[in-house]
Amino acid sequence: MMTPISENTATKRYVENALRSERRHFKIYAVLLLLALVAPFVVYPVFLMKILCFALFAVAFNLLLGYVGLLSFGHAAFLATGGYTTGYLLSTYSGFSTELAILLATAASTLLGLLFGVLAIRRQGIYFAMITLALAQLVFFFYLQSPFTGGEDGMHGIPRGALLGFIDLQNNLMMYYFVLAVFVFGFGLVRRIVHSPYGQILKAIKENEPRATSLGYNVDQYKLVAFVVSAGLAGLAGSVKTIVFQLASLNDAHWHMSGEVVLMTLLGGVGTLLGPVIGAAFVVSLEHQLAQSALGNWVNVILGIIFIVCVLTFRAGIVGEFQKFFKKNFR
Amino acid sequence: MNLMKKILTAAVASAMIAGTAQAAISNNEVRIGYLADMSGTYRDLAGPNGLTALQMAIEDFGGQVHGAPIRVLSADDRNSADVASSTVRQWVERDNVDMVAGMVASSVTLAAVRILEQNDKLGIVSGSAASSITNEHCSPNHIHYVYDTYPLAHGTAQAVVQEGGDSWFILTADYAFGHALEADVEKVVLENGGRVIQKVRHPFPTSDFSSFILQAQSSGASVVALANAGSDTTNAITTAGEFGLTQSGQTLAALLLFLTDVHALGVEAAQGIQLTTGWYWDMNDETRAWSDRFMEKTGVRPTMVHAGIYSSTLHYLSAIEATGTDDTQTVRRHMMDTPINDMFAQNGIIREDGRMIHDMYLAQVKTPAESQNEWDLYNIVRTIPAEEAYRPLSESQCRLVNN
Amino acid sequence: MSMIFGVPVAVLSGQLLLGLINGAFYALLSLGLAVIFGLLKIINFSHGAFYMLGALLTVVLFNTLGVNYWMALFLAPLIVGIVGVLVEYFLLRKIANEDHIYSLLLTFGLALVIQGVLTNIYGVSGMRYAIPEVFRGGVNLGFMFLPYYRAWVIVAALVVCFGTWFMIEKTKLGSYLRAGTENSKLMQAFGINVPLLVSLTYGFGVMLAAFAGVLAAPIYSVTPVMGANILIIVFAVVVIGGMGSIIGAIVTGLAMGVIEGLTKVFYPEAASTVIFLVMVLVLLVKPAGLFGKEA
Repeated sequence: MMTPISENTATKRYVENALRSERRHFKIYAVLLLLALVAPFVVYPVFLMKILCFALFAVAFNLLLGYVGLLSFGHAAFLATGGYTTGYLLSTYSGFSTELAILLATAASTLLGLLFGVLAIRRQGIYFAMITLALAQLVFFFYLQSPFTGGEDGMHGIPRGALLGFIDLQNNLMMYYFVLAVFVFGFGLVRRIVHSPYGQILKAIKENEPRATSLGYNVDQYKLVAFVVSAGLAGLAGSVKTIVFQLASLNDAHWHMSGEVVLMTLLGGVGTLLGPVIGAAFVVSLEHQLAQSALGNWVNVILGIIFIVCVLTFRAGIVGEFQKFFKKNFR
Repeated sequence: MNLMKKILTAAVASAMIAGTAQAAISNNEVRIGYLADMSGTYRDLAGPNGLTALQMAIEDFGGQVHGAPIRVLSADDRNSADVASSTVRQWVERDNVDMVAGMVASSVTLAAVRILEQNDKLGIVSGSAASSITNEHCSPNHIHYVYDTYPLAHGTAQAVVQEGGDSWFILTADYAFGHALEADVEKVVLENGGRVIQKVRHPFPTSDFSSFILQAQSSGASVVALANAGSDTTNAITTAGEFGLTQSGQTLAALLLFLTDVHALGVEAAQGIQLTTGWYWDMNDETRAWSDRFMEKTGVRPTMVHAGIYSSTLHYLSAIEATGTDDTQTVRRHMMDTPINDMFAQNGIIREDGRMIHDMYLAQVKTPAESQNEWDLYNIVRTIPAEEAYRPLSESQCRLVNN
Repeated sequence: MSMIFGVPVAVLSGQLLLGLINGAFYALLSLGLAVIFGLLKIINFSHGAFYMLGALLTVVLFNTLGVNYWMALFLAPLIVGIVGVLVEYFLLRKIANEDHIYSLLLTFGLALVIQGVLTNIYGVSGMRYAIPEVFRGGVNLGFMFLPYYRAWVIVAALVVCFGTWFMIEKTKLGSYLRAGTENSKLMQAFGINVPLLVSLTYGFGVMLAAFAGVLAAPIYSVTPVMGANILIIVFAVVVIGGMGSIIGAIVTGLAMGVIEGLTKVFYPEAASTVIFLVMVLVLLVKPAGLFGKEA
């Protein structure tokens, strides 16, 4: 900038900008929330719930990849732990409270996240990805061998129960609003973290880790907390997903699931709050539509082509590219 | 007694027809959902060609039933319980599908039939092997049509033990289906005076079986049984051939082998293997005629699953035609009361646990000299009568059976 | 008979030998991955698909044109290598300066396309390919029956592995390659065609995968999905060996084959998981893998 500006003006401008973008974001969120509230009257609610569960999973994952720069290739372990814990509690103890099951499941995957984190957090880049993958494979093996999971057959017929004892979740509409509430909570939490001073430090670590270290931050500890939160939220997503579908299966623990969440996030836009949501919605709808179309046996081919095109032409993801476009043309 | 029952059912059925003459068919359309693995490991035994078989049945039925058109929806289950569950839920809750056919992986089947039961729709399972589907997992809303692990184990194991194969090495795929098969085989072997020397469980899937074949060879067992499926089985058979397992005097018994698997292996590698099958395309004029039509459309010979999908769909449509309704329980009742006689089964009966029992066949893979063409693969050695083939109701844990 | 942990020594030695043979496959496959990652920093998730392509081509070339095993041994890797060069030129080059993760995503997508298309053409039941005439039968080693073909596999794989190692680490071409990928501008100034070198390196890496595929064709069921499951195991091998280390990939490949073989005797259910356990342990002790250099 050529013209000197006093610090005061700069701060003022910064605050103004921040407020304006905050207001604009608020409008976007309000519109989206409104859409989400009326959506089940237009679109089949179970399908929407599936999207919301995967969106929460991707949002949790994105907290790591997008804001700390850590690529976890083992997030399936947390999704599955959330799912199996919920399934086990609800189907073993009849009348077990649904909300308590969700809480305990989230706690279980948070703990697992802590274990993974402690072992993996010092590793960088591809090594971090591979050690999380390896740990997740061990978890997969555990679920495969444990009798309570039903192995390859999975756990079926898990009761949905009633929320707080009186809201019947068997009703798809009730279930939907509950899932939406959980999603909004998870999304809000991630948004809060990202915009907090703590989130700023995470970003600083992502940009330049040695600098963050030399500024006196305990980098590993910051990363660990982010990892644990991400694992917990992924577990929450798995738990809710299990209640929606009333089943928990090995698919959730398979490394393909860890891959899928990477794809959703990248496709939607890494490091953008809404990106993973859009990416999850896109991938889930696409798989759903294709699987039932005449192109059923071409699902993988079409997905593959989309990923290739995505990487070659819009690497920032759907939301990322949109933001770039917006910035270029409207500011 | 039997006559009384028939008269009663006829009376009930006609009363129903009279009572529900109008709008008996929901949405004035019969909707069938076909759910199967279209792109993964189990694609060839059912998959896209299973859909063709289903459509052939509808065509042969005249394209409509009781004046109502028939619509088919299909989906790839991607061998995932998740996908199966959400697809079937949508089909029954939103698209008003009346019957779901196909279903291969047992996790898919179990997920699907749960939802069908909740919504009182019908499922006809043709692809799955697990006998638990009509045992501990039975429901008033599904029928298991083609085969299951019980006859697979009994047919083959019994025959092999009776031929003198009394010491067994069982190589099992380490998941629910493999465990079930292993347990069934072990029981049969022990009952017939044989013994099981060693059981080894291999991860699913495994591509290299040399280590397991070597263990089988050094076990000294006279029979090596493969309690696995698909590419695991074909890989194990190939490796057994390479390591000269049969030359050294051991017998190889594959418990679940589809025509497509044997075709892939070729008679050279698979010759002499004994297996149990629910149906074979080259059994009589009727089966050949149908298989020729199938081959014209698909380019391959049908497996027992393809034939079962065709037969069960016809049986289902006939029941709707006869009762004039697509109400699940009425149709299922009628399907149970009417024996199945077509190119797939003679005198096939659907029992109260949902198990369709029909004659099974002990087959042996032909030698290269005997085989006339690439699909000329089996000699039918013995017919196993239906009552003998399937788990007797007296041993059933199904809640629909009074034990 | 003498026993170790309740298993006869004879059985154990047989398992060790078989483990070594499987290890030779892992070594070949992980070598290709290590070359591609070490020199080009590409995380090649279509490696399994190229392995499959090698095997499938062997079968298809024989069924349609009657190409025999020996010709396939050269032809199939050559064709796959050319495909690899094209993939590098038309796809991977476009994202050469982006984060590594994009190469992972791109090659993963590519693998889905290749496997999906071929599944629709050839189905998944698997195709058979007869063991070449000269390798029929086997020899009784006393503790086991060793098919000649397996013996050939280990010899062929080891020759190719160490040949590759020699070429990259000890020859002039290898030094160009290493220098070209480390400082491409400088090498360009010296008159070396670096982009071509990069394409050829990628082509060579996938050729190794295809070569493994040809070796595998007579002993495993050839299906379009045969490479999908082996992929992450091979990745684990490369990581344990140290990403990018040529010798690490070879040694670890062989070692993992043996460890897996022993697991198949003592705890067979865990045979496909044990590698990941080893990986966790190794990375905890040596963060850059056994032969890797700390960053």
